[in-house]
Amino acid sequence: MAVEVRIPTILRPYTGGERAVDADGTTLSALIDDLEANHEGLKERLLDGGELRRFVNVYVNDEDVRFTGGLETALSDGDTVVILPAVAGGAA
Amino acid sequence: MLTILREHVEAIVAHARRDHPDEACGVIAGPIGSDRPERLIPMLNAAMSPTFYEFDSGDLLRLYRDMDDRDEEPVVIYHSHTATEAYPSRTDLNLASEPGAHYVLVSTRDGAHESGPVDFRSYRITDGEISEEEVRVVDRYTEESTTADPAVPETEGDN
Repeated sequence: MAVEVRIPTILRPYTGGERAVDADGTTLSALIDDLEANHEGLKERLLDGGELRRFVNVYVNDEDVRFTGGLETALSDGDTVVILPAVAGGAA
Repeated sequence: MLTILREHVEAIVAHARRDHPDEACGVIAGPIGSDRPERLIPMLNAAMSPTFYEFDSGDLLRLYRDMDDRDEEPVVIYHSHTATEAYPSRTDLNLASEPGAHYVLVSTRDGAHESGPVDFRSYRITDGEISEEEVRVVDRYTEESTTADPAVPETEGDN
């Protein structure tokens, strides 16, 4: 099975510049492990202490995974995963 | 150097004043690789805070999809500080995630939300380093206006 993963500009150094890569996994967690196996260093940029980083947004088929089970979100062949760093900041 | 349309500068200042005392935020998209900010997209500050901004996650996805469809990228990412200077905070530095973008900051402190000049400054934020850059305000883009050719006189205002 293959899931297309869209990679944001800031993480493309990990994918040799590719804007999208294929990965496998029946859950988001497994997918991230598979990504890490082929693109070392990506996992650290997505997870912190085993949880999705606060300022990284991950969408499965356009749904923010925070509302669909987080890392346990189920994946199927042909799904699309989009990774987008939050656009955030401020004086605080 | 950031070259930006006067109408965009005015729109960003107006947005910052409108949302004061909360921070205002948005993007100016432009063709990939052009370094030319063309399409201003004011965004909702989902944090609705005087000290923090964050694009709503659904809005963020739609924004990036829309830019993808148009072969655009975020050329400018702007936000306001409402009680401090128009300089990137530690939070801004830590969360900057578009190494190719110009980070524009405006400040509406000290009554600037009502009248008087609003500080309008631009920065590059890459690899944890902040570097301020010149802002050149133009009434329209010409072939030369988005290149760094020093032979082009800067006669259209320096903000």
